[in-house]
Amino acid sequence: MGERRLLRGNEAIAESAIRAGCQCYFAYPITPQGELVEYMARHMPRLGRTFIQAESEVAAINMVYGAAGAGVRTMTSSSSPGISLKQEGISYLAGSNLPAVIVNVVRGGPGLGNIAPSQCDYFQAVKGGGHGDYHMIVLGPSTVPEAGELTMLAFDLADRYRTPVMILADGLLGQMMEPVELPEPIDVSQLPPKPWAATGARGREPNIILSFDLGPENLKKMNLDLQAKYDLIRKHEVRYEETQTADAEIIVVAYGTIARIAKTAIDMARAEGIRAGLFRPITLWPYPYDALRAVADRVKTVLTVEMSAGQMWEDVRLAVAERAKTPFYGEMGGIVPTPKGILSEVKKHAR
Amino acid sequence: MPVDTARMTKVFSRPQSLTEARLTYCPGCHHGIITRIIGQTLDELGLTERTIGIAPVGCAVFAYLWYRCDALQVAHGRASAVATGVKRARPDRIVFSYQGDGDFASIGTAESIHAANRGENITVIFVNNQIYGMTGGEMAPTTLVDQRTTTTPEGRDPLLCGYPIRFSELIAQLEAPVYVTRQALYDTRHIMDCTKAIKKAFQNQVDGRGYSLVEVLATCPTNWHMSPVQANQHVANTVTKVFPLGDLVNKGA
Amino acid sequence: MPRGVVVVDVERCKGCGLCVAACPQKVLAQSGTLNRSGYDVVHAQNPDACVGCAFCALTCPDTALTVFREKTAP
Repeated sequence: MGERRLLRGNEAIAESAIRAGCQCYFAYPITPQGELVEYMARHMPRLGRTFIQAESEVAAINMVYGAAGAGVRTMTSSSSPGISLKQEGISYLAGSNLPAVIVNVVRGGPGLGNIAPSQCDYFQAVKGGGHGDYHMIVLGPSTVPEAGELTMLAFDLADRYRTPVMILADGLLGQMMEPVELPEPIDVSQLPPKPWAATGARGREPNIILSFDLGPENLKKMNLDLQAKYDLIRKHEVRYEETQTADAEIIVVAYGTIARIAKTAIDMARAEGIRAGLFRPITLWPYPYDALRAVADRVKTVLTVEMSAGQMWEDVRLAVAERAKTPFYGEMGGIVPTPKGILSEVKKHAR
Repeated sequence: MPVDTARMTKVFSRPQSLTEARLTYCPGCHHGIITRIIGQTLDELGLTERTIGIAPVGCAVFAYLWYRCDALQVAHGRASAVATGVKRARPDRIVFSYQGDGDFASIGTAESIHAANRGENITVIFVNNQIYGMTGGEMAPTTLVDQRTTTTPEGRDPLLCGYPIRFSELIAQLEAPVYVTRQALYDTRHIMDCTKAIKKAFQNQVDGRGYSLVEVLATCPTNWHMSPVQANQHVANTVTKVFPLGDLVNKGA
Repeated sequence: MPRGVVVVDVERCKGCGLCVAACPQKVLAQSGTLNRSGYDVVHAQNPDACVGCAFCALTCPDTALTVFREKTAP
């Protein structure tokens, strides 16, 4: 049986990682995800698992590389500036086909920015971030319980596809408290074996973890294999949620915390007689282009709302193309759009 | 007159822990000697099947090819952090990182110092040849004062680029490391000493004693523009003056 | 002195000369023969002087040398 607890988003992610069998967690403290690090510091050692407060985010992601290469479930977490530092390691994880979970509790940027909620790291998360032709699976939870569920899923997807998976949250979700129904911890011994891992070459040929090949033809092959994997992920792992889109004339596209606020705005619009709906991508990579396109075929307007200057908006326009109008409403610097603010944008564009 | 070796004792042959791959190093490069010593150590301690190696970026980037061990090729400078991750995930395995001076003592400074400071139960082989071999002979953090490199064409000027960093001495300041030593390979006696040091650094890990670092003063005949024999003499006469040989930490020896 | 033999793996040898310098008996020398990689490989120019001390093999960076020594009578 599961267990119901009142948790912050940061704590729900931490507790779910533990229940997902995360054996090794490495991180460097940064606001607004400090509670995640502190939760792991309290709980991992008493479970006989590894917690290291690393000397830097660079070191933390490379410890993740080592633990992932050695075949255990592993995670790191940080916030925007720290995630920038991890990009080198994420590229190596992707290139070496290593499963790992990376949490980004996004704060305002660029530079030092501030510690208020933001969605300004969308491009970095879904378009690459580090060097090379790679992707991560990127999951965007919009509630605390969903942050927990997607963390459990992140570990499964990472193992299934041998790829880094990012939980893209924001400072609001990290700090917010909600009741969470926690699942039973998984039995790590029942997880599928990882015969590729570096565990000691006893009675077999050595396993080599690497992202390196000097031969152009070989490196091209490695890249084509990666791309084939990404095609498989695009085919099987797209996730999204539609709310009141069936009869909608205008839909709002939003993810994460903003989707939740937009849901309230949709209800307010409906109360005023505007047939509004919500399309919420859950996987930000792979992005639900096809599903959004199908919705766009039925509506006049697709309004994107984000806490950024319009990053996901680019993917919305890629999906919608000329099928509908694609206005944008964004806030930056830690300003969180309110239901009334979104409602007024909906009213403006629904006419 | 051919001799029938079948009736003789084999006193030296390639270590079983090495693969058949031919090393990619230049003629006379000490990386090969260190590789052989590590292979021989794995043989003698019977560790091959439970050892995981960490290959750096630099001339030793192919280090994952040399041993019959599992290995990870990792980002420049991060080998000690990756070794930490592997060892914490698999505490009963033997983990060694093999790092050059640029990797260990420049770009990886933070990772190197903090792995040592945590006293990770790992073995670090730090190859100090005072130059960046792979990228074309540029200055290393360990490059000697006045030494010409492709990025110090007039010689290293300490007012502009600082002094050669004695990284093992920095590590030796920390509480946790159990064994920190500097060795050389310029003659057979020093090769034998270095062999003992590397064996000890692995044995420490087997015994769960903690962090061991073996710095090896190595040659780079190609980028030093010397013959391998001249390069050996340069280490003996000049390099060891800046980087003195011997144990810096040897706890419970 | 016991009798020794050095066997050179010609294709591994890079002709660096470290073994030549390390040999106390002056057994080894560059042969003037190139291997497939174009290296002037070493050979035992003075094989009778070899005592099987293996200093050459210890210093060889390419594990190109195998050393044998005569079994001494018990």
